[in-house]
Amino acid sequence: MSPKISLANLSFTYPDGVAALKNITLDIPANEIFVIFGPSRSGKSTLLRVLNRLSDLVEGAQHQGAVTFNNQNIFERDVNVTDLRRRISMVFAIPTPLPGSIRDNLTYGLRMAGIRDVQTLEERVMRSLKQAALWDEVKDRLDASAFALSGGQKQRLCLARSLALEPDVILLDNPTSGLDPLSTAMVEDSLYELKRRYTIIMVPHSTQQAARVADNAAFLLDGELVEVGKKSQLFMRPKNKRTEDYITGRFG
Amino acid sequence: MEQTAPFIGSRPAAEQRHWGEWIIEKLIQVAGLSTIVIIGLIFFFLLREGLPAFFEVPLRTLLGGRWYPIENLFGLWPLLVGSLLVTAGAILIAVPLGLITAIYMGEIAPRWQREILKPLIEMLAGIPSIVLGFLGWVVLAPLIQQAGASTGLTAFTGSIILAYMSLPTIISSSEDALSAVPTEYRDGALAIGATQWQTIWRVVVPAARSGIVIAIMLGIGRAIGETMAVLMVTGNAANVPALGLGMFFQPVRTMTATIAAEMGEVANGSVHYHTLFAIGILLFVITFAINSLAGRLVGTQGKRRRSSQL
Repeated sequence: MSPKISLANLSFTYPDGVAALKNITLDIPANEIFVIFGPSRSGKSTLLRVLNRLSDLVEGAQHQGAVTFNNQNIFERDVNVTDLRRRISMVFAIPTPLPGSIRDNLTYGLRMAGIRDVQTLEERVMRSLKQAALWDEVKDRLDASAFALSGGQKQRLCLARSLALEPDVILLDNPTSGLDPLSTAMVEDSLYELKRRYTIIMVPHSTQQAARVADNAAFLLDGELVEVGKKSQLFMRPKNKRTEDYITGRFG
Repeated sequence: MEQTAPFIGSRPAAEQRHWGEWIIEKLIQVAGLSTIVIIGLIFFFLLREGLPAFFEVPLRTLLGGRWYPIENLFGLWPLLVGSLLVTAGAILIAVPLGLITAIYMGEIAPRWQREILKPLIEMLAGIPSIVLGFLGWVVLAPLIQQAGASTGLTAFTGSIILAYMSLPTIISSSEDALSAVPTEYRDGALAIGATQWQTIWRVVVPAARSGIVIAIMLGIGRAIGETMAVLMVTGNAANVPALGLGMFFQPVRTMTATIAAEMGEVANGSVHYHTLFAIGILLFVITFAINSLAGRLVGTQGKRRRSSQL
């Protein structure tokens, strides 16, 4: 099966000269959870942000190489960035409900995409909330403020908001960083369900989480791709000494 | 027991420190209280000089439409209308313009433009109001007269000048409010496929609403209390303009301009003198009302936001 997303010699340099990504070549298969892990400042978040071109927001940053998504290089000039972000949606470390009700948060992206049919909107709201395992908790108060939800609920709302757009790929930047173990388990459980329909690329909260949820994983260090492989291989018998040191807790 | 001994021994030193503390505390207290006392005194003198007007001038005259001090006619209505017209016009011009400029500066402009714009706008704030009034008199008034008004010195002229006077306040305060909106909101909206404009209009501006309300209120506060420039360009005719759009293009006279223009000529303690102070009371009440309205608007929103973060 051809990969969902391919990175070819991708480099990314911030305007202050810091090379966040160095010459990364990587294939991400469809319908699985692909984990990108490594110590802080290793370039994980930057990599995610490049994938849906949120990195465009950094004035004066430079990139080389190519990212191929559905047989097209996302850096090409005729790519519609707004559309790309609907196809490759992102959930952040800090839950970011937007001002408004729970329902508003979910229909927001849809309405901006031009979907106005009330029935379609209702359907999407319900389905995305169910997919994010939030439906049972909020079904009776869809018109309440999104800010009134707990931290874990907010994060699942943000996940649902991305799912409502029916994207191809979901980027998760440390989605459980602020959550208690119970909420974390709920988010992880919904991910196992979701990978049947979506491709999930995730920066995990910890190496343990990486080992729990990943199908394939890539280890980044100082912007370099050190090792990539199946979970069973990468976490049990890493080929690279640095990967082994990191996983066994010798640094990082 | 041994441990407590040195503590007891150092007690005089502690006492000295205590005295130092006491003096500093009292100094701060006096400084703080003096503000309250001064405001109280201002209010007291304003009332003492202004209240008699309400007994000396019949209420019907005060509420009437004729301000002819020489004939003992002290109708406050035209002055109030003048002030409201000029201020309302200024708000209508300054709020959209200021908000759009702030959005451009904070959200859209590249950094180098921002670095030029910001000091320029701060410079606009530093222009003495009399200079702006001069500009209005020399440049703006002839333009407005050419455009068809019977005279160039109108409420509208004053509104434009006042708008430009309150713009720097509105721009820089709203820009602060916009930049205080967490980056996560923008990312969150962009990440679900919002365009830049959708992000700004539906997420960033609503999130900064309370700060923007403060900015506008500060701007209005500056506009309504302004005197000299308005005195120069509004024509100083104390009449009540006929209702309609045309009322912006007639000369008016504001409350502040009336006080400034006539204070020097009245006899101390006369009815006229008391009435001018009564105008001051009216101004005081209006600004107080605006400020408390702003406080209430911002207060409820601030509370909502705080509780939302839990």
